[in-house]
Amino acid sequence: MPDVAPFSAGLTARNLAVARGGRIIVDGVDLDLAPGEAIVLRGPNGAGKTTLLRALAGLLAPAAGAIQATGERVFCGVRSATKPALTVDENLRFWARLYQSGEIESARNRLGLDDYAKRPAGHLSTGFLRRLGLARLLLSSRPLWFVDEPTSGLDKDASAIFEGIIADHRKTGGAAIIATHETLNAPGARQLELRNAEAAA
Amino acid sequence: MANNAVKRTSLYDFANPVRFEAIAGRVFPFALFGALTLGALGLYFGLFNSPADYQQGDTVRIMYVHVPAAWMALFCYSSMAASSAAGFIWKHPLADVAAKETAPIGAGFTFLALLTGSLWGKPMWGAWWAWDARLTSVLILFFLYLGYMALWRAIPDKTRAARLAAILAIVGFVNVPIIKFSVDWWNSLHQPASIIRADGPTIHSSMLTPLFLMISAYMLAYIAMLLAAMRNEMMARRLARLEDADAVRPASVVEPGAVRT
Amino acid sequence: MNAFAAIIVRDVALAFRAGGGALQAASFFALTIVLFALAIGPDLTLMQRIAAPALWTGALLATQISLEQIYRPDREDGSLDVLVETSDTLAFVALAKAAGHWLSTGLVLIAATPVLALLLNISGAALVPLILSLLIGTPGLSLIGAFAGALTAALPRAGLLIAIIVSPLYAPILIFGAGAAAAGAAGDPQYSANLMLLGASSLFAAVISPLASAAALRFNLD
Repeated sequence: MPDVAPFSAGLTARNLAVARGGRIIVDGVDLDLAPGEAIVLRGPNGAGKTTLLRALAGLLAPAAGAIQATGERVFCGVRSATKPALTVDENLRFWARLYQSGEIESARNRLGLDDYAKRPAGHLSTGFLRRLGLARLLLSSRPLWFVDEPTSGLDKDASAIFEGIIADHRKTGGAAIIATHETLNAPGARQLELRNAEAAA
Repeated sequence: MANNAVKRTSLYDFANPVRFEAIAGRVFPFALFGALTLGALGLYFGLFNSPADYQQGDTVRIMYVHVPAAWMALFCYSSMAASSAAGFIWKHPLADVAAKETAPIGAGFTFLALLTGSLWGKPMWGAWWAWDARLTSVLILFFLYLGYMALWRAIPDKTRAARLAAILAIVGFVNVPIIKFSVDWWNSLHQPASIIRADGPTIHSSMLTPLFLMISAYMLAYIAMLLAAMRNEMMARRLARLEDADAVRPASVVEPGAVRT
Repeated sequence: MNAFAAIIVRDVALAFRAGGGALQAASFFALTIVLFALAIGPDLTLMQRIAAPALWTGALLATQISLEQIYRPDREDGSLDVLVETSDTLAFVALAKAAGHWLSTGLVLIAATPVLALLLNISGAALVPLILSLLIGTPGLSLIGAFAGALTAALPRAGLLIAIIVSPLYAPILIFGAGAAAAGAAGDPQYSANLMLLGASSLFAAVISPLASAAALRFNLD
């Protein structure tokens, strides 16, 4: 066996490489994510944050290396996965059925969407659509969250709500990796920076 | 571990692109020469040294071009599906390229079969196209080739295109017998039986020589064209990779940052 | 409600909401039949004779126009990620998506068929085999079509490509379907054989298409 550390945490990645368009764009990733932890993933545009996050979330096969997750994963991307023709509640109910869990009322309430419950998602503003997308994290009742640019398009209040949700999630033993360009108040969160391999060497 | 490493090396060698290039370069002239020689011989025997049909007269000589072409149409589709499966399972670019480059050659043979079938049919049925069951199946096969090639062209990312086209080739291959059966069924309900027959009691032993020569010539022509097309494609890919490497920054690595509080 | 049913219910709801394709497919079906009748002229005997093949071809073409909508919107808005991460077996998701497409397209086309058959002067005795053949055959069209939709989920304008890919694969279903409709109308003993071959084709598609679609979707996730 090659000399790698044994898998221990909620998520472990060893010597991970991910590719986009047939080319390796992120290489040599080792990370451990323990219950209650959060990692903020940073890096310039095009560095491969989203691709790395999707691979960690199990949506993309890595080009090399290994990922082990002990617990179910949920990915929440920039695209909100909402259907504009369905109402807010219908979108939430659909997710609740897919994840076989979650109370849509509490998730809706937490994101401040109660006034819009019966409105088609297509009528929501960008910020509120983003809130609806983030409500899926709560509905999923899954321990491992992978969130891409959660606060882009969100106002101060909504960003604070999201930070509170992350904090509560970690308190209950959940873990999250969040890719963002913006400042995020996540006490004790580790930071990972994606850097150009040449510049780093 | 050591055992594993040895196995990897030999597998790599087996389908190594550089070695492929060397082998392809050596085989190509022989395949081309063989195809031309056997083709000329086959045509000679077919046109001058075999009997005319007592019903169809000299028209039957189209068979020596048509029947092997129809066989090659099916053979190429099968080998395209086999290469696709190999590329899908072992993810080897040479298998992907073989499948991709087989398609236009197979479509060419299919078109030749359709063209000669139509030419043969005109004096027989008095129409260029009489919806003969065999020819109609070959026509649908031609559209299967077109769909496969269109999918390759539509997807810019070559790796993704290879995987998706492979799935289509395999699904198409599985459906070929069903399509063939359904067209025969359709034809038997609506039309009299086919008169284009390469089998059956009418075949004379002197017809077998040119048929055999022609199928060998087609097979060698396929090999020659495939090797040439694969070499071109591999070179084009290497060139694209070189240009890519100049233009694009290297991969990112993760730098663990400080713990923020 | 389990995930399988939830996907079907959502897709059917979306198809019938504003911007959905269900009524467009039915309108397209009706228009092809009307244009076809205009092209052949008001010859009632001829119309009666070619009504079943014309309706079968029209239904097949009307099915094709909405195939692009099965997976592409889900991939674009991120819903496909959700479907993938919540399913143990992606092939069941693919089966549910095909079922949703059939309920919102195939079934709608069949509902429109009696009226269009009336326009083509079809007899009452010929209508039953026609409807029956469509009921057995159109699920196969949705299944094969959904596979083509999965292959092209990441391509922005795939309508024509999908038509090129599915048309040859549709040939057996069209042959057995239109064959069953014609044989049934004529009281031909081949009727039941055609229906059984048609059913076999749809069943075969129900096995192959979800597996192939699931494989294709995995390569369309980035």
